[in-house]
Amino acid sequence: MTADAQYIPTASPHAHDRSSIDRIMLRVCLALTPVSLWGFYCFGWPAVVMFVTTCLAAILTELACLYVQQQPLSRLWDGSALLTGWLLALTLPPWAPWWIAVGGAFFAITIGKQIYGGIGQNVFNPALLARIALLISFPVQLTTWVNVTPIDSANAPGLADAFAIIFAGQPWMSDAADGITGATWLGASKAAAAGGADLAAMLSQDFSLYDAFLGLTRGSLGETSTLLVLLGGIWLLITRTISWHIPVSLLGTLALLAWLGNLSNPQSYPGVLFHLTSGGVMIGAFFYATDYVTSPSTPVGKLIFGAGCGVVLFAIRSWGGFPEAVAFAILLMNALAPLIDRVTKPRAYGRRHSGDAIKHTPAQRRVV
Amino acid sequence: MLFGLGKIRGGVHPDGHKIDSARLVINSQLPLPDTLWLPLCQHSGEDARPLVQAGERVLKGQRIAAAAGRFSANIHAPTSGTITSIDTITMPHPSGLPANAIILQPDGKDEWITLQPPADPFSMPQEALATLVEQAGIVGMGGAIFPAAIKLRQGRRFEIKTLIVNGSECEPYLTTDDRLMRERAAEIVEGARLVRYIIEAYRTVIAIEDNKPQAIAALQEAAANVGAIEIVVVPARYPMGSAKQLIQAVTGLEVPAGKRSNDIGVLVHNVATVYAIQQALIHGKPLISRVTTVAGGCVGEPRNVEALLGTPIHYLFEQCGGLTTTPARLLMGGPMMGQVLPTTEVPLIKGSSGVLALTKAEVNEHMPSPCIRCGRCVDACPMGLLPLEMARNSKQDDFDSAQDAGLRDCILCGSCSYVCPSHIPLVQYFEYAKGELAESRASQQKLSYTQELMAARKERLEREAAAKEAAKQAKKAKAKAKKPRKAAAPTTVAADTADTAETASTTDHAGA
Repeated sequence: MTADAQYIPTASPHAHDRSSIDRIMLRVCLALTPVSLWGFYCFGWPAVVMFVTTCLAAILTELACLYVQQQPLSRLWDGSALLTGWLLALTLPPWAPWWIAVGGAFFAITIGKQIYGGIGQNVFNPALLARIALLISFPVQLTTWVNVTPIDSANAPGLADAFAIIFAGQPWMSDAADGITGATWLGASKAAAAGGADLAAMLSQDFSLYDAFLGLTRGSLGETSTLLVLLGGIWLLITRTISWHIPVSLLGTLALLAWLGNLSNPQSYPGVLFHLTSGGVMIGAFFYATDYVTSPSTPVGKLIFGAGCGVVLFAIRSWGGFPEAVAFAILLMNALAPLIDRVTKPRAYGRRHSGDAIKHTPAQRRVV
Repeated sequence: MLFGLGKIRGGVHPDGHKIDSARLVINSQLPLPDTLWLPLCQHSGEDARPLVQAGERVLKGQRIAAAAGRFSANIHAPTSGTITSIDTITMPHPSGLPANAIILQPDGKDEWITLQPPADPFSMPQEALATLVEQAGIVGMGGAIFPAAIKLRQGRRFEIKTLIVNGSECEPYLTTDDRLMRERAAEIVEGARLVRYIIEAYRTVIAIEDNKPQAIAALQEAAANVGAIEIVVVPARYPMGSAKQLIQAVTGLEVPAGKRSNDIGVLVHNVATVYAIQQALIHGKPLISRVTTVAGGCVGEPRNVEALLGTPIHYLFEQCGGLTTTPARLLMGGPMMGQVLPTTEVPLIKGSSGVLALTKAEVNEHMPSPCIRCGRCVDACPMGLLPLEMARNSKQDDFDSAQDAGLRDCILCGSCSYVCPSHIPLVQYFEYAKGELAESRASQQKLSYTQELMAARKERLEREAAAKEAAKQAKKAKAKAKKPRKAAAPTTVAADTADTAETASTTDHAGA
């Protein structure tokens, strides 16, 4: 063989571990599948319609953005838009109307991601940013939590009803006197605490750890089953898609603060297990806070980031105006991630943390 | 044992692909090729100076080119034959640029010169042994191609506590060191003893990765009766074979930034180099051949061969079952740090630890996509750097920030690129940045040299003017003392003008 006409000098290495962005994204989607399916089961066909609408809207918005920016449309296949849509859908009330789903997905992809320059450039987690934008703009729709009505139960809406509910705003069983919606435990406890009620007594009466852990509670799709979220998260850890640093430090910090608070005043501070199993803590710790783009890339930075999320989360839950704070906490720490990365640079081989060369006892010169 | 010994930071576990070439014994019975191309530069320094002319007959082992300069090395005829010409050939380098080489046509007799091995090297002065190694043209055969004698002499100048013989062949596909250790363990142990004797090391370690059990067993057996040669098993992980990482794994010490290993009393030699040193000091043989791995998915029968230096690569492939398909990539060295070859019409050289012909699937190249900041490169970096930041800064030509993020410590091992899910060619960015930095350093040096010359010139002119003035004054005074005679010659202004012009040109240079 002589000189190859197609020869291109290429830098090493000439091997690869076969990882790719689409594989990572799909793996995260796969990890989210159990909890999503459980959510569909609990909240029925409207939840499915809302979920699919959100994901489709995200994908189409991404496609439009790539087209407008004249970027290769093949980037759509990296799966990041699907994941963003998926993650957004999981934060929304299961029966949210279509314009919430579509508007949220559009906001997430355009303002949350593409405006910064596309994948890898955004400062904030797009799905959470969209959720917060929706929450502030449409607080009523975003806090209307439907009761658990399993898909196979007698009073669950069928597929046609589901389309009517999501797209036409058709009320469901409006004649039922006590309604089909209610507050989440976090919302209830927040309201109770504001009214000066004894939280400990209230929770011991209403809160079921069993239901919260398995997912038989009101909430967004992703907030329901702590168990299934945990399973997906552990699978991501095993496949090394995410590292343990952020989830462990986030949950650990929150647990520690909750324990201390509960110890000091059980009337106003609910216990550790209430904090860990309610709301979006578990899914936030494993799926939202671990977003590569918006979290630090050094191990120590990840620990600080997770701990910061835990502190902010506890603070807002305990003293803030909103019942749930996972999204706020993560977004706030997202903003700090570049700074954290800067101050937690790992120590280089042969150098101290300061960047100076390590000291050594010089080998004695021989007298030759 | 200290905490953390045997461990290195980061690293990756690439697919080994070592089984294919490791199962067969080294083939040292290759028939002579038709022609040998011997580049004058197979070492880190200047071209060696040819000692032969076209048409001249040379014997096997005869010195045909002499080291020219400190980092240069001798070159010997790998077999007997006739020098066809001294001409340019394509070098085994990505650029495919031509370089000077001696072209030798073997006569088939393979006739040795009279070898004069030392009677008992262990009773000779160490400096004399280092000189013999130098004469044998031995360079670092793991790929560093740094003349071995220089390292031996450095080892004599410093107090060496630990001599590490590097048997941690961590590059995928390559099994030359593995097979060499299995088949020539006694020679390697003797070579290690020789090096230890020369540099007077306190502790001698042969470090082998735990994925080479046969090599470990063979060396343990060979070293058993000798004593004072330790076989240390280190975990298999790329880049364990990198000197800095191996030193950390064996001694627990880190080489301080900007220092060399001998500053902390450690010296590392590759097993193949140690073998070559043994051959030179016991048998008097110069470095004329080497064991190399011929492997990759396109090679019919991957194996190790002991081939003469200068053997064309295509001949090696032919001797190993030929190329079954057109390779997607030809490499000299391993896939992690090896260099891509433009053609198979290049010779085997002293630093060639392997020649690989890889299929498209093996290379697994993709179009790069944007960085998603997953941090895998940070986890994989054995030097504790931030490859993603280094690449980003390099891409923006912000080389100072890249240096700060770790470019100054980067060993270009490629672990980051290997794990990058976005397929970003990180090493390419680093090589680019290092090249640009070297260039700006060179121009900076040139600039300061020019400034130095300028200052010297100005100082000289001022001195001369002062001297002239003084002479004039003296003359005047003398004349006054005697008798007023003629008017003084006018002083020249030409020098001043020249000065201004030069200053202007220097400013220009700094601006450029």
